[in-house]
Amino acid sequence: MEYIIIIISAVFVNNILLSQFLGVCPFLGVSNKVSTAAGMSGAVTFVMAVATLVTYMLQYFVLIPLKIEFMQTVTFIVVIASLVQMVEIIMKKISPSLYQALGIFLPLITTNCAVLGVAILVVSKEFTFGGDPHMLNMAQSVVFAVASALGFGLAMILFAGLREQLELANVPKSFKGTPIALITAGILALAFMGFAGLV
Amino acid sequence: MSRLALISRGVIKENPVFVLLLGMCPTLGTTTSAINGMGMGIATTFVLIMSNMAISSISGLIPNKVRIPSYIVVIAAFVTILQLLMQAYTPGLYETLGLFIPLIVVNCIVLGRAEAFASKSGVMDSAADGVGIGIGFTLSLTVLGAVRELLGSASIFGVKLINSDGMLVFILAPGAFIALGYLLVIFNKFKSRIS
Repeated sequence: MEYIIIIISAVFVNNILLSQFLGVCPFLGVSNKVSTAAGMSGAVTFVMAVATLVTYMLQYFVLIPLKIEFMQTVTFIVVIASLVQMVEIIMKKISPSLYQALGIFLPLITTNCAVLGVAILVVSKEFTFGGDPHMLNMAQSVVFAVASALGFGLAMILFAGLREQLELANVPKSFKGTPIALITAGILALAFMGFAGLV
Repeated sequence: MSRLALISRGVIKENPVFVLLLGMCPTLGTTTSAINGMGMGIATTFVLIMSNMAISSISGLIPNKVRIPSYIVVIAAFVTILQLLMQAYTPGLYETLGLFIPLIVVNCIVLGRAEAFASKSGVMDSAADGVGIGIGFTLSLTVLGAVRELLGSASIFGVKLINSDGMLVFILAPGAFIALGYLLVIFNKFKSRIS
C-alpha cells in the first residue's frame, strides 16, 4: 500500500517537472518530438534508479558514519557523472540496439538536475507516506526515484505531443518558440494541480 | 574586449535567462518572491565568479579528455563552501531555497561559462565575465520574482501594496511557467522594436 501511495504521489501529485521544477532544461530542450522525449525519459529512468540506489548507500554507509555529510554535493555529483559514463560503456557492449536508442541522451543526463535533485531529496527530506513523517528506506527510495522518473517521462511525452501540434498552429511572432512553450507548460502544470489532494 | 564590455554583455546581450534560456530550474523554482529570486541570483553569482577564476587559472593543467568532470568537481567544491557559508550566516534563506542551492552544481550557466569562456581566457577577464553573467542572472530572477510576488500576493519585496490576497496561482508552479512565458514575449517585442 505504501508503495502505491509513493508512486501516485511522485507521478501525479508532486510531479518533479511540473511542480518541483527539476529537469526543466531537457523538458524545454528535447521535447520537440514524441520519440525523442520518450528516449530521453527512458534514459533518465534508468540512470535515476541506479544513481539513487548508489548515492543512498553512500550517504548511509560512508558519509554519515564518517561524519562528513557536508561532502554530499561533491560526492553525489562525482558518482552520478561517473555512473553515466559507466552506463554508457556497459550499454554499448551489452545492448548496442538500446545504446542506439538512448545513447545520445546519456551525456546530457549528468547535468540534468532531476537526477541529482532526487538523489539529494530522498536522503534529506522526511516524507509522510502512510503515517508519521519518516526518512525513506532503501527500497522506498528506489521506488520513489523510478516513480519520479516516470512522472518526468509522462510530463515530457504529453508536452512533446502538445508541441508537435503547436508547430502547426498560427502563433503570433513574439510568442513563437519558447514563450508559447512555457505558457503551454504552465497550462499543463495547472491541469496537474487537479491531482492535488489525491493522496 | 574591455572588462566593462564583458560585464555589460552578460547583463543584456547574452542575458542567461531571457536570451540564452539557461538555468531554467532555479529560475522557475525559486522566484516565489523578489527577495528569494535575488538571494538565489547572488548565490549563483558567487559560485560563478569563483569557479570562473579557479578554472581559468588551472585550465592549462587539466588534460582535455577529463576537463568536464574536473570542472564539475571544482564547481561542486565552491557550492559546498557556499552551502556552509549560507548555513552559518543566512539560515533563513538557506531553508527557503532548499534543494536549489546544491543544484547550482548542475546549473548549465556555470558549467557553460567554464567551458565556453573561462577555460580560454585570463583570470581577471573570467572574473569580469562571471560578474556580468551573474548580474544578468540576478536581475532576471529579481524581475521574475517581483512580477510573481506582485500578482500572487499583491506585495513587492515583502511590502504590501494593496490590501488584497492576490492571485495565488502565480506563487504556485503553473504561475512560474506562465509569468516567465509572458516576460519573454515582452522581451522579444522590445527587442524587435529596437532592431
